[in-house]
Amino acid sequence: METVHAIELRHITKRFGTKVVANDNIDLTIDRGEILSLLGENGSGKTTLMNMLSGIYLPDEGEILAEGKPVSIRSPGDAYAHGIGMIHQHYKLVEVFTAAENIALGLKGKGHDRRTVAAQVQAISDKYGFGIDPNKKVYDMSVSEKQTVEIVKVLYRGAEVLILDEPTAVLTPQETERLFGILRTMKADGKAIVIITHKLHEVMAISDKVAVLRKGKYVGTVNTADTNPQKLTEMMVGHAITLNIDRPQAKYRDLRLEVKGLNCRSGEGLPVLKDVSFQAFGGEILGIAGISGSGQKELLEAVAGLQKAESGHIFYYPPHPKSDIAGRHVPVDKAGEELVGKTPGQIRKVGVSLAFVPEDRLGMGLVGSMGMVDNMMLKTYKDAPGPFVDRKPPRELAQRLVQELEIVTPGISVPVRRMSGGNVQKVLVGREIASTPTVLMTAYPVRGLDINSSYTIYRLLNEQKLKGVAVLLVGEDLDVLLELCDRILVLCGGRVSGVVDGPAATKEQLGLMMTRVGGGEEESRHE
Amino acid sequence: MSEHHTPLIRLAKRDAMARGQVWAIRASSFLAAILISAVIFLVMGHNPLGAFGTMITGALGKNTAIRQTVRIAIPLLGTALAIAPCFKMRFWNIGAEGQITAGAVGASYFALFWADRLPQVPLLLVMAAAGAVCGGLWALIPAFFKARWGTNETLFTLMMNYIMIGVVKWLQGGPWEGRPGSQIIPQFDSAAVLPKVLGVHCGWIIVLILMVVMFLYMKFTKQGYEIAVIGGSENTARYAGMNVGWIIMRTMFLSGAIAGLVGFIVSSGADNTLHAGVAAGVGFTAITVAWLAQLNPFAMVAISMLLAVLEKGASTLETQLYVPASISDIITGIFLFCMLGCEFFINYRLILRGGHREGAVQ
Repeated sequence: METVHAIELRHITKRFGTKVVANDNIDLTIDRGEILSLLGENGSGKTTLMNMLSGIYLPDEGEILAEGKPVSIRSPGDAYAHGIGMIHQHYKLVEVFTAAENIALGLKGKGHDRRTVAAQVQAISDKYGFGIDPNKKVYDMSVSEKQTVEIVKVLYRGAEVLILDEPTAVLTPQETERLFGILRTMKADGKAIVIITHKLHEVMAISDKVAVLRKGKYVGTVNTADTNPQKLTEMMVGHAITLNIDRPQAKYRDLRLEVKGLNCRSGEGLPVLKDVSFQAFGGEILGIAGISGSGQKELLEAVAGLQKAESGHIFYYPPHPKSDIAGRHVPVDKAGEELVGKTPGQIRKVGVSLAFVPEDRLGMGLVGSMGMVDNMMLKTYKDAPGPFVDRKPPRELAQRLVQELEIVTPGISVPVRRMSGGNVQKVLVGREIASTPTVLMTAYPVRGLDINSSYTIYRLLNEQKLKGVAVLLVGEDLDVLLELCDRILVLCGGRVSGVVDGPAATKEQLGLMMTRVGGGEEESRHE
Repeated sequence: MSEHHTPLIRLAKRDAMARGQVWAIRASSFLAAILISAVIFLVMGHNPLGAFGTMITGALGKNTAIRQTVRIAIPLLGTALAIAPCFKMRFWNIGAEGQITAGAVGASYFALFWADRLPQVPLLLVMAAAGAVCGGLWALIPAFFKARWGTNETLFTLMMNYIMIGVVKWLQGGPWEGRPGSQIIPQFDSAAVLPKVLGVHCGWIIVLILMVVMFLYMKFTKQGYEIAVIGGSENTARYAGMNVGWIIMRTMFLSGAIAGLVGFIVSSGADNTLHAGVAAGVGFTAITVAWLAQLNPFAMVAISMLLAVLEKGASTLETQLYVPASISDIITGIFLFCMLGCEFFINYRLILRGGHREGAVQ
């Protein structure tokens, strides 16, 4: 008496090129009325595996069974025909269309006129409690609403198996709770749900079973009730690891940056920072939280001189004369050196350093086609006299970083684009730290990193803090910010909605401040 | 699994290939070009072996032939060197044609009106400088617009070509016209003509020196580094504190100046006069040279010689075997197509249905 699985994967193997084996002989079953977490570090092959279910890739070997029968899924259309729908990390919606129009987009045949679709969308929405308006335009929607449209789109096409790729990455804690509520309703309705994630607490909160992948191989499936985060981490990483982040106390804590009434406009002339004021101290990690696009990037860029300030001041104070980092940079006014109006080069010489890791990791900060050596000298190539570049110091620095940060690369002249994400980030953060900054600003430094590399980065940031550096950290994972930061500044729609103490704050508190319940969001949209 | 459902041919990106393999692919694409051309010759009723023989002897058989081939290669190499820094910066300068012409105009002014006032060496130096400055300034215009207002450089540089060629036509028929009604600018005074070395005007020495200088410039100077960073990521360049607009203008001036120098070399060394066709499409062919050489100055020598041999060989076909000009153009086209096309196979591989297992074995 064997039950028929909604989906069964048998011996699936997928290669990219001849060297990369993204999925190696994977077996997996997905059942109705169940939420399965697909857990694994970045690059462990979770998304690749699910892309084969949703018709984006073809497996090189192995077979896929839907309801017990072998199937071949060559396109997303085939996937829908077998009742499989995937909600990708990057939403694929047309901004100027309404929810209903987006949902009907690409569907052939009759019965997909606007009114019928809207009625059916409303029906699905009511059934699961989505609460979306079918006639709302996508550009008027929040990130969470857009995600909901994607989910409804998949349900509208009759999906019985839903795959969500990192669905909580862009949501606030409150929105995440809401999504989990919806997932539970769908589970009760008999849908099979897979969520791809690397966040352990979410795995524990939502799923019935956890399937773990490691380096493209299937490690095993366990019942959530029978496991805990520590055990899951061991399955993911392959060995025991401590999950605590330190928050050591620095010797000197002195005012380093003082931002007063800062206003900035984007390239299109829209206000992106509104009357921002805060202080940052040496020997402190100041976390910056907010929904993505709330002005985090612009704030860091304004301090670094890359974003023109419309009004306001940024005052810089030299480090404590007894701290390790004193006296390494050009002297500044002890009463506060104005940074607004200075060029990025001048600001760098003061000791302000920016390590921004953008979504594509390479777009800013590193040149993908260049090797480590050439990337090391990006900000210092002008320092040597004469018309020629001196590659000796950057070469030595590159070699040192490879050793100290355990960077894996075939060679220091190999284009950094060919290195893995974690190593690229180590290169970037390592270079910034090597410039012995007095202010180290970093955004998303652990984006896409495996657990080991993430902890290396946290350790590096803490080391800098102990030296007396003022660390500004824009982060995505609130749990990490709460554990690592001394204080957390929350941005909402370009404004500071508050600064809280790291040890005392809670996730819910941050979540509320990020959306500033009571009109913060509305205000920013209509300005 | 229903094997027949997989598509007949799939594309997959390759890992970096071994050097030997890359050259094997290039060699086989060259062979393919020869085979396809052979079929064309057969269809036209010529013996392919004889035709290829004619091409080779026509281009390289005698000393005079070699000299003529080298004369074709000189401006190709010079112009490829000129556009290399722009392309490295991902600034698509397809206005070398106009910049060559502008340089030729600048050089010609001194050749026509200062020949009796200056001795040969200073005159040639002044002509070279004028050519470089004129070419550089002409290139600076689109660069300025790009840096200031973000205009599209591809269209801009292209259109500037036709303006400059128009200017020369006006000079030919107007202020610089020689015999009234001839529409021709007179021949330069012998003092304004580049001397010959080993039977070819000394432009070949100039471009070879340029090649080495350009190699050093791109590889070892701060400016070359800046160009590479901007080409890799403009955002990164800005983040590193580089003044991107200024660097774009500086690099375009340099590029135009080298193209202008080529204009001087062609008008003074090869044509001994100025005419609207002074650039003769070199500005465009040089893009192919630069691209095939992957912006490596030393590889450009080989590629520009190869193209020169093809061109000279094709014109010999016309004169000796009476092959129509259109056919020799087709032959040149086939060679270019195969050479450019093989880069595709270096980056991608095709997977035939059911053939994926052999990939697994490696």
